[in-house]
Amino acid sequence: MNTNNSPSAHVHRDDEAQKMGMWFFLFTELLLFGGLFLVYSIYRFKNPDAFAHGAKELNVVLGAINTIVLLTSSLTAALSITAIQKGQKKLALGLVLFTIFCALIFLVNKYFEWGHKFEIGIYPGSDLLRAIPRGEALFFVLYYFMTGLHAIHVIVGAIILGFMARYIQTGLINSDYYVLLENGALYWHLVDLIWIFLFPLLYLIH
Amino acid sequence: MGENVQHLSFLQDNGGKKGILAWITTTDHKRIGLLYFYSLTVFFLMGVVLGILMRLELMNPGKDLVEPQTYNSLFTLHGVIMIFLFVIPGIPAVFGNIALPLLLGARDVAFPKLNLLSWYLYILGALMALSTLLFGNAPDTGWTFYAPYSVRTGTNVTMAVLAAFILGFSSILTGLNFIVTIHRMRAPGMTWFRMPLFSWALYATAWIQLLATPVVGITLLMIAVERMLGIGLFDPSLGGDPILYQHLFWIYSHPAVYIMILPGMGVISEMIPVFARRRIFGYKAIAYSSLAIAFIGYFVWGHHMFTSGMSGPARVIFSLLTFLVAVPSAIKVFNWVATLYGGSIDLKPPLLYALGFIFLFLIGGLTGLVNGALAADVHIHDTYFVVGHFHYVMFGGTGFAFFAALHYWFPKVYGKMYNVKHATRAFWVLFTGFNILYFPMLVVGMMGMPRRYYDYLPQFHIPNLISTFGSWIVVSGLIYMIVVLIQGYRKGTPAGKNPWGGLTLDWQTDSPPITENFVELPIVTEGPYEYK
Ligand code: HEM
Repeated sequence: MNTNNSPSAHVHRDDEAQKMGMWFFLFTELLLFGGLFLVYSIYRFKNPDAFAHGAKELNVVLGAINTIVLLTSSLTAALSITAIQKGQKKLALGLVLFTIFCALIFLVNKYFEWGHKFEIGIYPGSDLLRAIPRGEALFFVLYYFMTGLHAIHVIVGAIILGFMARYIQTGLINSDYYVLLENGALYWHLVDLIWIFLFPLLYLIH
Repeated sequence: MGENVQHLSFLQDNGGKKGILAWITTTDHKRIGLLYFYSLTVFFLMGVVLGILMRLELMNPGKDLVEPQTYNSLFTLHGVIMIFLFVIPGIPAVFGNIALPLLLGARDVAFPKLNLLSWYLYILGALMALSTLLFGNAPDTGWTFYAPYSVRTGTNVTMAVLAAFILGFSSILTGLNFIVTIHRMRAPGMTWFRMPLFSWALYATAWIQLLATPVVGITLLMIAVERMLGIGLFDPSLGGDPILYQHLFWIYSHPAVYIMILPGMGVISEMIPVFARRRIFGYKAIAYSSLAIAFIGYFVWGHHMFTSGMSGPARVIFSLLTFLVAVPSAIKVFNWVATLYGGSIDLKPPLLYALGFIFLFLIGGLTGLVNGALAADVHIHDTYFVVGHFHYVMFGGTGFAFFAALHYWFPKVYGKMYNVKHATRAFWVLFTGFNILYFPMLVVGMMGMPRRYYDYLPQFHIPNLISTFGSWIVVSGLIYMIVVLIQGYRKGTPAGKNPWGGLTLDWQTDSPPITENFVELPIVTEGPYEYK
């Protein structure tokens, strides 16, 4: 194991690089959704009335609640960083756990929302969707696709935050080394940000 | 830390693990590069076998060997393998991984674990793509997966597009890793303009990987979702727009051809000054032209769609931009030639491959302009002219650059030298065979033979026969080259630190390099090609 004595065996740490990497990754996520936004705008442009009609079917109240839930969770994610910087480990942990809790509320809401749509027969491949005008069907297809992909991101984000909570507990994340938490929170903000666009595009524009 | 500490080479240093585990759990950038190299070689050879089968079928008019449907699957899988498993990851994943940290004077890439993850994703994607050969019906859409056919065909397209999605993710992570590495890990004193040109090329490539791949990722996902859920995103009978698919696909896939070629150009820029013993002519022009290609490359996708329904003005603009993107490529070629001019040229195998690259890429590039010209493209679209063109660029260009890099860094990686005389001969066999294989395709395409058919009219017979004959020479050349390299690996003479007399940092460390590349991080005081 002679290489271990080499001068290079010290651990290389570069917080700046870690954050840079995260930002670049977020760009790619934005572009991923960008493709969907593009498809959405083109089909909306082609079928303005059908899209407006489809949007009326969505439950604005549930959407608005979810928006508030996500915005709050972004706040608590950000606060947890401040807390850990000040060395308040318990507080930071609590804030991260609260963020995860918000993610769960969001998903439960989503479950009810989708469940209701399924009940009245609006889901990909359903007979109803085959029968209604094509433009409206496209709206619902995009609705499921976009919110579905977003929901996957919520789940991934919650899992990442779960790891963050664990790391805070074990002390891997501490007042001296918290770039991991910053990156986790950045990811969570992205999830939030995308929802901020999805909500008006799907629910509010009539 | 004393003088007496012996530093193990990366090939020997198993980091306390045993056998294969020491390789598949490594985070050493050189080992990961080799993992990519071995897996990529296997896939490349599979692609070649499929290509040979197609050529055999096309040797004579009528059915020779396979059913039409089988032929459709052959060119699809050949395309998918060559594009997604060979040329796109190709040079960055293998030689970028091996050489980038060495060239920058760094100990590793910025995120070594992420690097290993990229390799696993690559293998996962590859297995998924190849599984379509065994399970279900192999896809028959061509590697472009055009809707609505890709949505309706009963073959296993879903698996293939999901594979491409995973492979894209792997490519994104590699690109991300390289960008951060180049920003953060350069040795002390290595300013941006003291960076070797290969790093510039990788940098430009990485940006394309990062910014273009997600778009195709989501597009292919849409195809998969459309197939699985029976929803109509692109299928016109369900309200979708198939032209939109083409736009989305080429918004990525055209920049992707620069993912394929830019690293190749970087490799060539690295080699020309070394074997001409001269400072590179126009360092900044070459560096900036990489960025220019990456940038303009985003705005030319429409030239794949001249015949599929686009407004007149849009076509003119896309055609104009296509001509523009040729300018930075030409700048590079002129700079390479100017560097060679008056140099003391040492015609070793790497340089031979580099010159082969320039020649073949020139043909590929110029035929590309023919395609880019609106009036001409209407006639040659979807003919063998296009097939000839892209093989000149991808195989003659990127493929030869890959071989150039292989012959260039081989002694660095393994510490041994292959037989130069035989390597030179292998080059000539390959080069000759290449032109016999693909030049007739350009001719027969001009005559009007369409691509993606298992059969053709009798008047196309002679060029096809010549082409098939050429494919056998190419395979002989490939086998020859591989044998020479394997012999070099087993019995080659020790290569020493710097067999080619390069001035970049990779040649200043041991061959094979030690685990973390340098005993002491080097300090850089001048540009990379300051031959006196
Ligand atoms: C010995 C080597 C090779 C042979 C004999 C060969 C042969 C062929 C032939 C005959 C076709 C046309 C099929 C058709 O349109 O009916 C084809 C298509 C293609 N080849 Fe190759 N090829 C070889 C190597 C390569 C390499 C190295 C690459 C990439 C780096 C490549 C990329 C492609 C692609 C992308 C297509 C288009 C597939 C499609 O239409 O979807 N080939 N090849």
